[in-house]
Amino acid sequence: MKRKERLFAVLACALFAFVFMGAEKANKAAKPKGEPIRAKIGVISIITGAGASYGEAITNGFKLALDEVNAKGDVNIDLKIEDSTGKAEQALSAAQKLINSDQVVAILGPTLSTEMKVVAPEANASGVPIMGTSTTAQGITQIGKFVFRNSLPESQAIPASVGKAVKKYNIKKVALLYGNDDVFTKSGFDTMKEVAEKLKLKIVTIETFQKGQADYKAQLTKIASLKPDAVFCSALYNEGGVILAQARKMGLKVPFVGGNGFNSPKVIEIAQEAAEGLIVATPWFGEKNDPKVRAFVAKYEKAYGKKPDQFAAQAYDAFHIMANALKAAGSADRSKLRDALAATRNFQGVLGEFSFDAERDVVMAPNVLIVKGGKFTLFN
Amino acid sequence: MFLEQLINGITLGSIYSIVALGYTLVFGVLGIINMAHGEIFMFGAFVGLLIVSKAGAPLPVAFLGAIVVTASMGLLLERFALRPLRTRPGASHLASLISTIGVSILLENLAHKIFGSGNHLFETPFAEISFKIGPVTVYLVQVLILLISLLLMAGLALWLSRTRAGKALRATAENLETAGLLGVDTNRMITATVVIASAMGGVAGVLVGMAFNYINNQIGLSMGLKGLAIIIFGGMGSVYGAMAGGLILGLSETFVVAYGSSGYRDAIAFVAIIVILLIRPQGLFGQAPAEARR
Repeated sequence: MKRKERLFAVLACALFAFVFMGAEKANKAAKPKGEPIRAKIGVISIITGAGASYGEAITNGFKLALDEVNAKGDVNIDLKIEDSTGKAEQALSAAQKLINSDQVVAILGPTLSTEMKVVAPEANASGVPIMGTSTTAQGITQIGKFVFRNSLPESQAIPASVGKAVKKYNIKKVALLYGNDDVFTKSGFDTMKEVAEKLKLKIVTIETFQKGQADYKAQLTKIASLKPDAVFCSALYNEGGVILAQARKMGLKVPFVGGNGFNSPKVIEIAQEAAEGLIVATPWFGEKNDPKVRAFVAKYEKAYGKKPDQFAAQAYDAFHIMANALKAAGSADRSKLRDALAATRNFQGVLGEFSFDAERDVVMAPNVLIVKGGKFTLFN
Repeated sequence: MFLEQLINGITLGSIYSIVALGYTLVFGVLGIINMAHGEIFMFGAFVGLLIVSKAGAPLPVAFLGAIVVTASMGLLLERFALRPLRTRPGASHLASLISTIGVSILLENLAHKIFGSGNHLFETPFAEISFKIGPVTVYLVQVLILLISLLLMAGLALWLSRTRAGKALRATAENLETAGLLGVDTNRMITATVVIASAMGGVAGVLVGMAFNYINNQIGLSMGLKGLAIIIFGGMGSVYGAMAGGLILGLSETFVVAYGSSGYRDAIAFVAIIVILLIRPQGLFGQAPAEARR
């Protein structure tokens, strides 16, 4: 029953999208319309296991975009979704299956940078374009010329948020806290440390934690006793939300500057009042006064009953970038698609204006946000 | 800071102890490791969460509800995953280990299906009650956790050594067939053991929710692994060993972070376990294997 309802909602959305885009399509319809370009695109995401909430948002973003794209009719995409369970070896075997037996034209995913570092060389060697939608560690697209991403790397996001926070709160001493078992949070930490050193901040301590940890009191008690002006914390939202709640509860009230992984309404859902004052830099801002963003948020909420987070938004844009490139390539050919992808410039998505640079990495401007009154607001 | 960290360590250690008690009880009687214990514990936490945060009922109801649900899960586990293997001749002892692993995977995914992934806020006004001793803030929950774990340990030790049922349980642990011949209803004793161990897991689950404010469907795995390490370290099947082992692991983890580096947290805790096992291979409170059990 639930399934049926959801299907209905998706169909309704697709129909809505169709009507909505009718106006735009009218002038293009003059061109004789042939058969749509049919293509199989593989998705590798975390469907089960510790990171399943990220995979859920990402695949939801893809599915929403898929319905829009297929309804539009220029291209007809068949999604093949595989589960990586968050493990690199599982992601690799999923990629091999997609490349060799499903014969996909391109791959979207995998979710974690750790997985991408294993999967991307394989896809690159097979000449299959692969685009990460949530992989923000350093050196991803440098793996090869078939490797892309549309997720803003932390090396671009963190200097923006740290810079603004330091100026506003006159920060001199900081404590660093990060998850040391994930490439993503580790590379965020490296950037934070680099930025802190560049700004000549005194680092009073560096503490670590592991994914899925329940108790952070030992680290937080230590940090509180050293009295820093701020905490720079590189964590995913699941751990980050809990860290914030436990920190505030034990009386550590200084500003927290988070990495990219902190940017999700779920942080507020998890930490509630404790999330107040959290500062993040992010490509995705769901409250932005932009008709494209508002339409996406409304559609997503209608289909899945919750607000889209950064992961859903990035997936949604990535799918549209892929579909546009496929249309530009003219056929479902792996290397033609690669060239068309690499030529993507000034794409207008829900994340804002997006281009690939010469190394197929992201060019876009991040927003710096602060949690105020239970939601993310622009931080000035 | 020392006192605060000491309290942090004792709280964490007490929770480890209660989880480990569940493992040690089943191991002591059945000689098997119940790999599903961590997941049963996680279900206890979720049931507590539903009762306290969603239904707004008082805490004792949450404990009761968690106990009822986890105890019945223990009953089902014994009936469908352990007994069929025990009664069949020629079944390897490893078979039940594998079947409990199967149950644990099933339960973890079931929790994912029912409760979703990610952290859930475990909200209870009781968790906010605190008092000050000098400069140190102590939460009533932390005291309660220590008390419950001590009570469970003492109760279990007394029950095993002083009561008729405890005697029957020990006889069953000693030798299943002989105990059966002497009139002990061994099936009932084993079921009782698994049910009691599971109910303790349920209690531990609610305590974890109260102590850390958050639960997710993965806590069974991480707490379960710690619980396993503790029973090896404390002595397989020893009630006091589970208690002491839990506290030692909790305190050492906390103090490594406080006065060393958090990166070495697990490393140092487990190096300590290895060193103790090298000196006392049977574990802290384990009995040296004078005669082979089987």
